Amino acid sequence: MSQQEILAELAQIVNEIAGVPAADVTPEKTFLDDLDVDSLSMVEIATAAEDKFGIRIPDDDLKDLKTVGDAVAYIEKAGVSV
Amino acid sequence: MSDRTRVLVTGLGATTPVGGDVASTWDALLAARSGVRRLPYDWADGLPVQIGAPVAVEPLEVLDRVEARTLDRAQQLALVAAREAWRDAGCGEASVEPERLAVVVATGIGGVLTLLDQYDVLRERGARRVSPHTVPMLMPNGPAATVGLELTARAGVHAPVSACASGAEAIALALDLLRAGRADVVVAGGTEAAIHPLPIAGFAAMRALSTRDGDPQEASRPYDKGRDGFVLGEGAAVVVLETEEHARARGARVYAELAGAGMSADAYHVAAPEPTGAGAARALSLAMRDAGLAPTDVAHVNAHATSTPLGDVAEASALRKALGDAVDRVCVTATKSCTGHLLGAAGALEAVVTVLSLHNRQVPATRNLDDPDDEVALDVVRMSPRPLPPGAAALSNSFGFGGHNVTLAFREFA
Repeated sequence: MSQQEILAELAQIVNEIAGVPAADVTPEKTFLDDLDVDSLSMVEIATAAEDKFGIRIPDDDLKDLKTVGDAVAYIEKAGVSV
Repeated sequence: MSDRTRVLVTGLGATTPVGGDVASTWDALLAARSGVRRLPYDWADGLPVQIGAPVAVEPLEVLDRVEARTLDRAQQLALVAAREAWRDAGCGEASVEPERLAVVVATGIGGVLTLLDQYDVLRERGARRVSPHTVPMLMPNGPAATVGLELTARAGVHAPVSACASGAEAIALALDLLRAGRADVVVAGGTEAAIHPLPIAGFAAMRALSTRDGDPQEASRPYDKGRDGFVLGEGAAVVVLETEEHARARGARVYAELAGAGMSADAYHVAAPEPTGAGAARALSLAMRDAGLAPTDVAHVNAHATSTPLGDVAEASALRKALGDAVDRVCVTATKSCTGHLLGAAGALEAVVTVLSLHNRQVPATRNLDDPDDEVALDVVRMSPRPLPPGAAALSNSFGFGGHNVTLAFREFA
């Protein structure tokens, strides 16, 4: 799965959970400040991403995922097999 | 008495089994329309009771999807009612200082749908799949918090819990807050969303619910000889209360005065009503004294009357005990005959109905009262609405498992 495809899937998840338009979910945006995703919704997004991409995001790693780009890179590195 | 802060009702909101807002709910009650129906859910098959009174308008038809998905249904209903009340009061344009605005929104049970749904998730999919929103959605102060956040209320956010008296107790506590000078405006009410197999099975196990065969709309029949239990409803109702000074300063439209409240406890049994109605009578007397009303001043009572065999009679005894012979000149109605029993929202909804009865000088009739119980010596409004005189005072009763008794006293404001 390419970075573009991961971004598109992730944008859909963020839209579903936080209501942010998918087009606004771009790599440089921070979840908290730019997209107004609070810490509880961030946990939901991580859980949905785990299901979607077949990966596991430990809490220690989750707290480092500040931007959408961080998350895309993490998911890619985590070895997307889907 | 005269130097005490007067508290006025300046806004109303509701979403109920008979209407998605106050206007449609009031119209339905005047027409004595019932919101009780066969529950349209697969899970109802096999339950001992398969009827209930779900809200007429689903909250998701009114709320934004993303906003609603982190709110329990009880919170969603409270938000719908609070927004209507706030708009109705004309408080939208920053006319209330956040530090002087409080919220008291009660629920009898709290986020029970969330609790049970997430327990299913836990068992079926494991702890890591339990929603991070579970706790804020299930906590019984959740609806109060939701409304407080929505309106930016910083004087305090409270959630009294007293089973089916909760909604009335919220309004009684709001009255105290305003009289104590701790707020200028309080948004107060109750909400409940507990139509789920477990609460139904629990109430049915207590033999508290009607198991009447036939037309579901005939199941809730307060004071009728054929009554056999209450019908579980859901919904929310909210009032905006403010000090007379604050209401006058902003030129608010006034529905009625919340003239007083009385609260007592039976200390008799955790669920059964005290049969002589002594505790309820004390709440009634305290409310009248607090409001400066003599029994002969009371024109109308909106009864708790849930349609249970014991409860309706005990309340009738309480009314005669507290009002004496003056009760013969009081018209009584039991609007649960139409709405079913909204548990923690019931007292708030009936407060809204009582306020509208005074404001519109019209008392809705009690539905399904075909064969009045001889043990109930009250003038119950039947068949069609009854007019009220100008300047009338009215009481609204609410009682809850645990032996809680709350009476609210309202008066037309002149």
